[in-house]
Amino acid sequence: MVQILVEELSKSYRIAEREPGFLGALRGITHRRWRTVQALKDVSFSLERGEILGFIGPNGAGKSTTIKILSGILRPDSGRVEVAGLVPYVDRIRHVGRIGVVFGQRTQLWWDLPVIEGFDLLRDIYRLDPHVYRRKRDQLVSMLRLDRLLDQPVRQLSLGQRMRAELAAALLHEPSILFLDEPTIGLDAPSKLAVREFIKNLSQQQGVTVLLTTHDMHDIEAMAERVIVIGNGQVLADGSLAALRATVLAERRLFVEFAGDAPNLVLPGVHVRGQNRRSVELAFDPRIIGAPELIATITANHAIEDIHVEQPAIEEVIARFYDLHDAGEV
Amino acid sequence: MSAYSPYLAAFTSRFLLMMQYRSAALASFLTQCWFGLVRVMVLAAFYKGAAQSDSTLPLSFAQAVTYTWLAQGLLALLPWAADPDIAAAMRTGAVGHDRLRPVDTYNLWYACTAGRMIARILPRLLLMVLAAGVVLPLIGKEELAWAPPSGTAAAMLFALSLTVAVALSCAVVMLINITVVSTLNERGVNTLVVPVVFILSGALLPLPFYPDMARLALFIQPLAGVLDIPSRIYSGALTGPMAWIGISLQVLWTFTLVVAGKKWLSYGMQRLEVQGG
Repeated sequence: MVQILVEELSKSYRIAEREPGFLGALRGITHRRWRTVQALKDVSFSLERGEILGFIGPNGAGKSTTIKILSGILRPDSGRVEVAGLVPYVDRIRHVGRIGVVFGQRTQLWWDLPVIEGFDLLRDIYRLDPHVYRRKRDQLVSMLRLDRLLDQPVRQLSLGQRMRAELAAALLHEPSILFLDEPTIGLDAPSKLAVREFIKNLSQQQGVTVLLTTHDMHDIEAMAERVIVIGNGQVLADGSLAALRATVLAERRLFVEFAGDAPNLVLPGVHVRGQNRRSVELAFDPRIIGAPELIATITANHAIEDIHVEQPAIEEVIARFYDLHDAGEV
Repeated sequence: MSAYSPYLAAFTSRFLLMMQYRSAALASFLTQCWFGLVRVMVLAAFYKGAAQSDSTLPLSFAQAVTYTWLAQGLLALLPWAADPDIAAAMRTGAVGHDRLRPVDTYNLWYACTAGRMIARILPRLLLMVLAAGVVLPLIGKEELAWAPPSGTAAAMLFALSLTVAVALSCAVVMLINITVVSTLNERGVNTLVVPVVFILSGALLPLPFYPDMARLALFIQPLAGVLDIPSRIYSGALTGPMAWIGISLQVLWTFTLVVAGKKWLSYGMQRLEVQGG
């Protein structure tokens, strides 16, 4: 069942510009220059119930704008958006009752209130049944290990603690759709793992549809089966991470440490990326020469101490992809 | 704890939070005592002079003194600045979170604004009643003191009028808040609003003291309902049908400004831009 439908979505912002320096400021008094920035150009995609979609792209690509439109905060210039059958910015109040949103860089909890009072306030704002609320709250508190933080004001929480509280706050009203804008930003490794695990469970066990943006490719690898790459306001790719890797940077890396001095290796489909006195890093195209064959060739002719194969880091794949599409930040 | 409606919950939460700022209340109370005394002294000198020149004044000296103390005690009622929390939400983009709640944004902000305003009024008003209404007579300055309402009818009408005044003042603050939706900073609009509110509400000089030709216009403009009308009802300067006309004007303006604010906010929200992040 299609849960989120986006068709030819476009949105532009108008930015006031000023020439530098004192004269520029003076000129700005009489002549204001406006520049239109196209944040989204004909973005289309759809999302099934229970799916986790990773939204990646360079800074300023339009990820947050998309989330803000899908959550009903912003109105697009044109295009069609439907989330669980509702147009977010038209039916805002009904729509936002069904979604949960976490913006990693902002807090939705009340800075001066203890966590538990913030939750209680959300109970009233979402008009939740007190019994249903209490059950859900206790469940989230134990899953996210919040019991010792409940009486602390939000401003005293560490970032990792706050993010766990934010997730609970976004889920108290049991939304069927969750939008996460950089939910792991600035978190330490254990907190990241906990957040990923929690989100994955949510989608697998409760069928919650999740759309998340991130710059951390490990988030994507850990959670999302599907990614959309967005750049300059356009969808550049839509598919699995493996498919993206195959089209952009299929090569593998072979690291060889020789018993003696490293030889000069010349093989078809292979090039040398780096060389030290006794070790070599090779890049090879698995479609031309397979890893077993390459290793066999090398070990047959040279005495080696160690050998291992790697894929290029996912960050490298993505950076290459942004480069190919000229999608780096302007 | 029982479940409240969203707006009552927002109101209560803000009210309880604001009530914790005790030193701010005490500091502004002391300032208002000082200004109140200065004003009452000025009034005393003015009335002495007027008595010698045989001119008739629109308020008796006792009424003018009580009006002044009431104005000092109710200073936190004046709608002279945007709600700082709402303005900050606009500046930082946290307004997005308010739009993610399944409630009417105007009503939510109105409830928060009212919670803050009432929490600011109550301690300051009580301290002022104590100082100007109890302490001054005790130390023998009866003629400079805050007198009780002019009668039971006046007291009841005043209670009604003051309640509407709070609702009206919140509606004006909401208009200032909504201005910040497009200006993103409250400083400019606050600077413009302060003198206007001070003059037109009667906080600077009771409105009956202005020239005859301006009187009617001053009476029917919206800010009279914030301070001037309740104060004159209290001191018995506005009685009977005139008091009811005053209260009707307050209600009418409250309704008008709320409707205008709602329209304007929904227009502003359609053009909202939340940048960054």
